[in-house]
Amino acid sequence: MNKTLLIIKREYVSRVLKKSFLLVTLLTPLGIGLVIFLAGLFAAKGSQSTKRIVVKDESAMLSPKALEGKEITYELSNELLDSLKKNYVDKGYDILVHVPPYVDDTVATHQISYFSKEKLSLLQIEKIEEKMENVFRDYKLEHSTLDKVALKKLDVNVKLENAMLSENNKDAVGDKSSKFSSAIASGLSYGMGFLMYIVIFVFGSMVMRSVMEEKINRIVEVMISSVKPFQLMLGKIIGVGLVGLTQLAIWMIIIPIIVTVASVAMGGPTTSPEMAQTTEAIQKIQQENPEVMQVFLKELSSINWALILPVFVIFFLGGYFIYSSLFAAVGSAVGDDLGDSQQLMMPLTIPVILAMVMIPAVFTNPNGPLAVFGSMFPLFSPIIMPARLPFEPPIWQIALSIFFLVAGVIFFTWVAARIYRVGILMYGKKVTFKELGKWMFYKD
Amino acid sequence: MNILSIENVRKVFHNYVALDQASFDVRKGSIFGLLGPNGAGKTTLIRIITGITRADEGQILLDGVPLNTHHPNEIGYMPEERGLYKKMKVAEQLMYLAQLKGMSHDDAKQSIRRWFERLGMQDWWNKKIEELSKGMQQKVQFVATVAHNPKLLILDEPFTGLDPLNADLLKDEIYQLNQQGVSIIFSTHRMEQVEEICNDIVLINKGKILINDSVAAVRNQFKEHKFIISTDRPASEWSLPSGFSADGSLGNVTTFKVEAGSHSNELLSYLINQGISIQSFQEVLPGLNEIFIKLVTEASHSQTNAQP
Repeated sequence: MNKTLLIIKREYVSRVLKKSFLLVTLLTPLGIGLVIFLAGLFAAKGSQSTKRIVVKDESAMLSPKALEGKEITYELSNELLDSLKKNYVDKGYDILVHVPPYVDDTVATHQISYFSKEKLSLLQIEKIEEKMENVFRDYKLEHSTLDKVALKKLDVNVKLENAMLSENNKDAVGDKSSKFSSAIASGLSYGMGFLMYIVIFVFGSMVMRSVMEEKINRIVEVMISSVKPFQLMLGKIIGVGLVGLTQLAIWMIIIPIIVTVASVAMGGPTTSPEMAQTTEAIQKIQQENPEVMQVFLKELSSINWALILPVFVIFFLGGYFIYSSLFAAVGSAVGDDLGDSQQLMMPLTIPVILAMVMIPAVFTNPNGPLAVFGSMFPLFSPIIMPARLPFEPPIWQIALSIFFLVAGVIFFTWVAARIYRVGILMYGKKVTFKELGKWMFYKD
Repeated sequence: MNILSIENVRKVFHNYVALDQASFDVRKGSIFGLLGPNGAGKTTLIRIITGITRADEGQILLDGVPLNTHHPNEIGYMPEERGLYKKMKVAEQLMYLAQLKGMSHDDAKQSIRRWFERLGMQDWWNKKIEELSKGMQQKVQFVATVAHNPKLLILDEPFTGLDPLNADLLKDEIYQLNQQGVSIIFSTHRMEQVEEICNDIVLINKGKILINDSVAAVRNQFKEHKFIISTDRPASEWSLPSGFSADGSLGNVTTFKVEAGSHSNELLSYLINQGISIQSFQEVLPGLNEIFIKLVTEASHSQTNAQP
């Protein structure tokens, strides 16, 4: 059997059969399920304890009808403020809102105040403000000479739709995606970028730790008297990479199942107010635009998966190879001092984080100079190019980017292998970047 | 016939010459001692032989063939710093290492089984390395070195960390392997072991070869014409004739040196004429330890003198 294959097999099997691998692989989805379940549980609890608000209206301008609301109940009180502010809690209210005497219509800003049993969140304050604004506006409107119907006519709502979506414009030229597709594309591109980020750090550092372990164990000298250092490094990178792919594959099957089970266990999706809101929002959109769900599904299927998936896989593998071989080089240089590894890892973490920071800029301008540069430079492209893919970059850029990626894989693996072969046999030396540079040019 | 020929091997790390025109041969079937102080270039030389690094100049022949990529499979190497995968099971580990040396799965299994029986390790098959004692780990390490039936065995300080019992066991195994035709290179600075075990030695210092010969020849070459004699009378009652100088005496035993132009037999006949009867008479050959220290200090002296 080929020696590299033997190494791959050992690296893979020894990791996959470890208890910790089983635990992480099974517990992570369970953890996600638990978080969803608990979030739903707390949210449901939170919605049960809706705040009761009592309003003291000094000028008796507000009617109980105006104060009706869906989520929060407002009640009017005739008691004096002085006694009310002492006993509103005893009466079972959470918040007391005091509306001072109404001056006249010319005043735009109304100062009102509140007393609350508990500290109010910014969101709660804004909600009350919004409610009071509506109430005041309605009051003013009722007492003004303006014609309500005429006023209603002034309401404006503009919807910009892509004309290419209409059957009538079959002969026109241009992009055919709806505004939904931009949102879907953004979500997709961030998702892919984030996945790369996780893969690089989790599995890159797994490779690094494994190299350090062999060096500290001193097994490495026995190993490289049987195989070439490059074979050992390559076998390790591929073996750990396969472990990563196995884990991702298992998660892709388990996570959807657990998420479904968790949402069902919560007692149906409607108990959570957030979810209720979402459903409400979707229903609202559907009412306004009955085809929206169809459009959404259509958009999802109109994404060029045949291009995105294979290209993503290429960048996934390329990015993993570049970074994990560099992590292997760092691991070989470090030896047993973890403090040193932090310092040597810096040049690897910086480009990854920079690329993550660049993603929002890629959204706003998917074909801008930053996006194009990011998708050409091999240390950024594994994150940036997948992020650009849903925005359909020109094919020649994808091709060029893959070319640079392959060149990058060859170059960085070569650099890493040069450092690695020297590093694994070097003990008791504090390694600097200058030193690493020298190692690259050592003879065999 | 030589199992290994080192020919004018030179290796430079930056400005530091680790090996300088080193040449020597290792006879097939011999036990060969590779000696030298720390930093002499022993490990560098071993790493070149095992294919871990390459020589800048010169060439190395294994069994008459210049080193190639298949040769690591024919060499068993036990580094001074031992190492195994701690979390792996003994058998898995040995199977892995033997297969990396090019053995098939079945051959590896068979060979490891045989070694386990030979060393009484059958119960360890499924134990993890970290569960074994240090001495047991050393045994596993030894099996890892020999399981693939190497032609040439390179052992770097093999006895360090072994208790006397295990050291003896290892020595026996080494002799047995040697009898089966395996050539063995020992790298060590423990001279008493070299004197006991090795046929030939090479002494390296600062990348240069100081001496290369059989153990007996080396000791003979460095003899100081010292003899030890014991007589029926205390040494204080008689004195050495001219041509001989005393080198200490204790009771009836005298150590002396034969000066140039004299012969040890002259002393014998002198004593016989004096009526002193001789109980024993023996030449004192220097130990490798002394030779080692002498050569290395001389070499470093000459080097410091050479540098103004």
